[in-house]
Amino acid sequence: MNPALTVPALALRGIRKEFPGVVALDGVDLDLWAGEVHVLLGENGAGKSTLMKIISGAVARDAGEVLLDGVPIEIRGPRHAQALGLGIIYQEFNLIPHLTAGENIFLGREPRLLAGVIDQRALVRAAQKILDELGVAIDARSVVSRLSVAQQQMVEVAKALSLNARVLMMDEPTSALTEQEIRELFATIARLKARGVALVYISHRMEELFVIGDRVTVLRDGRHVGTRPIGETTMPELVRLMVGRDLKDQFPKQTAPVGDEALRVEGLRRHGVLHDINFTLRRGEVVGLAGLMGSGRTELARAVFGADPVDGGRIFVGGHERQIGSPRAAIDLGLGFLTEDRKHQGLVLGLSVQENTCLPSVGAFSRFGVMQVAQESAATAARIAELRIKTPGPHQRVGTLSGGNQQKVVLGKWLTTEADVFIFDEPTRGIDVGAKVEIYQLINQLAARGAAVLMISSELPEILGMSDRILVMHAGRIAGEFTAAEATQEKLLAAALGRAGRHAA
Amino acid sequence: MKPREFLAHSGRQFGTLVGLFALCAVLWALTPHFLTVSNLLNVAQQTSINAVIAVGLTFVIISGGIDLSVGSLVAFSGVVTASLLQRTVPVPLALLAGLMTGLACGLVNGLLITFGRLPPFIATLGIMSVARGGSLLYTNGRPVSGFGEDFRWIATGEILRVPVPVVIMIVVYAIAHFVLRRTPFGRYLFAMGGNEEAALLSGVRVRLHKTLVYGVCGLLSALAAVMLTARLNSAQPIAGINYELDAIAATVIGGASLLGGQGSVVGTLIGALIMGVLRNGLNLLGVSSFIQQVVIGAVIILAVLLDTAFKRPKR
Repeated sequence: MNPALTVPALALRGIRKEFPGVVALDGVDLDLWAGEVHVLLGENGAGKSTLMKIISGAVARDAGEVLLDGVPIEIRGPRHAQALGLGIIYQEFNLIPHLTAGENIFLGREPRLLAGVIDQRALVRAAQKILDELGVAIDARSVVSRLSVAQQQMVEVAKALSLNARVLMMDEPTSALTEQEIRELFATIARLKARGVALVYISHRMEELFVIGDRVTVLRDGRHVGTRPIGETTMPELVRLMVGRDLKDQFPKQTAPVGDEALRVEGLRRHGVLHDINFTLRRGEVVGLAGLMGSGRTELARAVFGADPVDGGRIFVGGHERQIGSPRAAIDLGLGFLTEDRKHQGLVLGLSVQENTCLPSVGAFSRFGVMQVAQESAATAARIAELRIKTPGPHQRVGTLSGGNQQKVVLGKWLTTEADVFIFDEPTRGIDVGAKVEIYQLINQLAARGAAVLMISSELPEILGMSDRILVMHAGRIAGEFTAAEATQEKLLAAALGRAGRHAA
Repeated sequence: MKPREFLAHSGRQFGTLVGLFALCAVLWALTPHFLTVSNLLNVAQQTSINAVIAVGLTFVIISGGIDLSVGSLVAFSGVVTASLLQRTVPVPLALLAGLMTGLACGLVNGLLITFGRLPPFIATLGIMSVARGGSLLYTNGRPVSGFGEDFRWIATGEILRVPVPVVIMIVVYAIAHFVLRRTPFGRYLFAMGGNEEAALLSGVRVRLHKTLVYGVCGLLSALAAVMLTARLNSAQPIAGINYELDAIAATVIGGASLLGGQGSVVGTLIGALIMGVLRNGLNLLGVSSFIQQVVIGAVIILAVLLDTAFKRPKR
């Protein structure tokens, strides 16, 4: 009898992984059968990516067993994982943009004429064969940077297949694809299934998994909370498994009294990016800013904060027109910007909690050019206490903290400058459920103190759950404005796709 | 700070210090003359010039940059100072002009990097050649020699029986340590080197402080030029060749990362002393200068190997 039908292609037993201060995975089991699409579901921080990294050899497990065709194996590193037939396609592709599709597919394993001389013709032929078998129309000689995102993804798939991948993991493969491209991806996945590849599919788009999945496993806080055949489960059941409670208390929204105008933007534009942007933020108000990726949300935030130049428009802070030519100027006017990408833009990971918390305020904390350490320590101690930052001490390197605590340090920076207009860009991305609720409560507190909050988010439930008012961007314009009462997921989505006119404010 | 935090912060310097002491112990065992007051002062004096340049380079390297032009700036500032002295310009004025020359060249480096958006390696490589050629043109390739006793005092004088160059080194290091640890400028260097985008979005005026750090580095090169000119009683247009490499070596042995965001003044001082002690000890032992180069190269590699071995994160 074919062993592929009696034992899973890959089985994980009791996988455990700890990072400093967090248990990322706690006794997780997973069976992957040849020819199935296994959907992995879970909130951000539930442990999906850690699990993928263990299978792909990027991270070593602390405990547990990995069985390939029923035989226990050790995965010694990413190359070893590839050799074992365990392939992964990350959300951010690992392709060299200036090389061709074929060169990328065989990177590090180029067919040779002699020692040290690449057989270019054999390479193109072999790469083209793999691409053709995948059923995608890509020329192996085309340079990767000229391919569309969907085509680049297919080059990644081809690369994995050229390594005889038996298990292929895809992390959010549809996040940057158009609907047509998604249909083509699904067709490719079906072909891979027919070839007996076991696929792991991670997506936040719940509706997709009912189209493409065979079975679904839900992770929550690093634990395996259930595996279901797709036909025997429902969306509400999966949500309950993921969140572990009713959705109601996920967003502890409180409404604060709305006061004076805090920030007004008139006719802001930047060529090709932002077009005639107008909006107002009032004290005590949380305004959600929705829109698809690339609609200009982050660009708007950066322009208001002085991080990117603008071609025109006026900005009023507290009713006075201001020139904001640099982040420094924005900070001095009481703005605070919590960037989408903490690691690359929000924090200096090599510096301590204290040094990060005080970075925008060091100048203010200095007398005659000398930093006042006592003042810094006091401010940091206050932030650690009020934000409940879990850190061994103020001198701990920020890079060692968990995502939620890092986000609190970023917020701490702006509390220390006594900002009263906050721009949050994806405030809860990559942090766990518990920390999310804490961040929401902090946003409530800011509003209650009379601060104005602009909250950019890709998660519509978050926008709907936390905002008093909602702006929707589409193609660099404000395409809709809704009160919390009138907004629904459908209305926001329609506006984000550019299918709705602007509602009256 | 609690003891554990202190060790976490200073452990790297501690390791380098142990290396320095071990090196001294070995040399003492091999040649008793090594551990005499006069020889140790001699080592400190020989180290002082490299040490002063290395401090400037440490600042630049912490900020995430590199400066290859320091050696040429030593020559250029040196000949400017020397030619003014020869025209009987008062010593303080000539010194000031020399230092300002270094500062100005450093600021040009900084402006090329910030407003010209050149990579630091390229900008300072260019200035390295320009300043070298400028020194040769300015002097017609001939050394400028013969100064008064008051200028020579910078090399030959003593304050409380400590040679003046050593005093200069100690003062420079004390100020640099204070600037790095206790002023916003020092904090910004670490922030820019660790994550430039985050520093910018935290309101750090990145271009201003980056330009300044190259200015500081040029200024310290000029100070080293004055010390060198006084010691040799002559300014050479070909002085300072390979000084940038010695200074980079001291900085790296001292624990700075060429990727930026890491480093310390104390570490660099220990690094410079290790290089100085090694040269001195090998000389005392009568080791040929050819072998010396091999040994020094090996020590640089060993120091960084040990460093990465201890710092390597677990998978």
